[in-house]
Amino acid sequence: MMRAIIGSAALALAVVPAWAQQSPFADYQRMTRESAPVELFELSGEELWKKPQGPKNVSLEKCDLGQGPGVLRGAYAGLPRYFADVDRVMDLETRLLHCMMTLQGRSREEATKRVFGNADSPSEMEYLSAYVAGQSHGMPLRPGMSHSKEKASFELGQKLYFHRAGAWDFSCASCHGEDDKRIRMSELPVLYKPAVARPLIATWPAYRVSNSQFKTIQWRMNDCYRQMRMPEPVFGSEAMVALVQFLTVTAQGEPYRGPSVKR
Amino acid sequence: MNDQRRGALRIAGALALAALLKPFAALAAWNQAAFASKSSADALKNLGTAGAESSSQILIEAPQIAENGAVVPIEVTSNIPGTTSLAVLVEKNPYPLVAKFEFAEGAVPFVKLNAKMGETSDVRVVATAGGKSYQATKEIKVTIGGCGG
Amino acid sequence: MAGPMKMRATLAGGNTDVRVLMSHPMATEQQTKGKPHFIQNLTVKVNGKTVIEGEISQAVSRNPVFSFRLKGGAKGDKIEVSWLDNKGDTNKTETAVA
Repeated sequence: MMRAIIGSAALALAVVPAWAQQSPFADYQRMTRESAPVELFELSGEELWKKPQGPKNVSLEKCDLGQGPGVLRGAYAGLPRYFADVDRVMDLETRLLHCMMTLQGRSREEATKRVFGNADSPSEMEYLSAYVAGQSHGMPLRPGMSHSKEKASFELGQKLYFHRAGAWDFSCASCHGEDDKRIRMSELPVLYKPAVARPLIATWPAYRVSNSQFKTIQWRMNDCYRQMRMPEPVFGSEAMVALVQFLTVTAQGEPYRGPSVKR
Repeated sequence: MNDQRRGALRIAGALALAALLKPFAALAAWNQAAFASKSSADALKNLGTAGAESSSQILIEAPQIAENGAVVPIEVTSNIPGTTSLAVLVEKNPYPLVAKFEFAEGAVPFVKLNAKMGETSDVRVVATAGGKSYQATKEIKVTIGGCGG
Repeated sequence: MAGPMKMRATLAGGNTDVRVLMSHPMATEQQTKGKPHFIQNLTVKVNGKTVIEGEISQAVSRNPVFSFRLKGGAKGDKIEVSWLDNKGDTNKTETAVA
């Protein structure tokens, strides 16, 4: 009887997928998380949030991120969501852009001229994302899923995740669709599985130690599309927001613990 | 005098002052020879800590395997009584000496820092206590993970 | 122009744990084709008295984060960390022990 139990336990361990086993990089990830310069981005983001800019010379402090004008606590955890004033679903960056245009009077062209920065010079979106996301630290991810457009956004994102296109006929699932796959030494997470998506979506935006860049989720998606040899996505487009919605809904309920650190 | 000219002169004045201050600022001690050494042995010689004996009282906490060499967290503690300095070296780096710290009475001989490592290598830590040197090493494997995004 | 700097100092187990974050490219010779730009000196002071002096190199990661530990300590102690780089730029930050 004992032999049978031990035997089946061994068998059970053998079939546990890679994502459920302790990653060989667990110590590395823990130690880098504890000593990462993330807070500096949050600090700079706070300054930017309060800085009057644009033709109207106004700060972003009255920006409504879904919880009311200027309410930051919990705002990130409630995104993406439907916004009646624009009759569409928006994620954090799309909404920040909206506030830059409406509150500050900036043109879309000017505000998105340099929407992704670099290690020497992060963009406004990076600083602001770090700051706003940090204000939701510890709160469960609860993207909107009650409005019909929120549900439609989720469904679009789900379709896009599996839709093959572009020069290489890739979909997100080409890399993120099967267990036990990796790129170089890093595991490729199967993001449509809640158990996999949760710890990952709960830790974006993040500081990438490999290139010292603070990456937002829109930037990360843009990078994915570039690597998939897809046409460059329009910043904050319905398609990009739909993918963010799909991933965040898949990860919903998870306590947000970013902004964080990635390799 | 118009505002623009006044502003320009103010900036010029500030720059001139800054240029005057720089030489004083640059006088802080920095062991050029040790940091320019291309081997661990030379760096230790230039630090004056050649011939350090092995000690299990120097603790190096670091990940066994790093997902990227740009940032490798290393935590160092010396339990040797009277430790006054700690030096951290990465054997296989182009210039092995990463950092050196001097601890006065009010400080614990402990530091955590992020180092760049070019490849899998031993990390060597040298402690100085009571005029004598001690050392310990730990291997850290360095890999590259992820896609370019 | 130096970027932001932040520090936290807390009492723990009879000592003071200090964690300081600094914004700096820490660019190596290799990265800059011969014109490295990095912090060389770090000074840690408690209530005006220097307790740690660090000499660091281009092998320290970009946007350095350091943890130090000071003996004893009390709430309200003033900790100051300053840096000086190889171009003569400096920055510093101060915090009270929480």
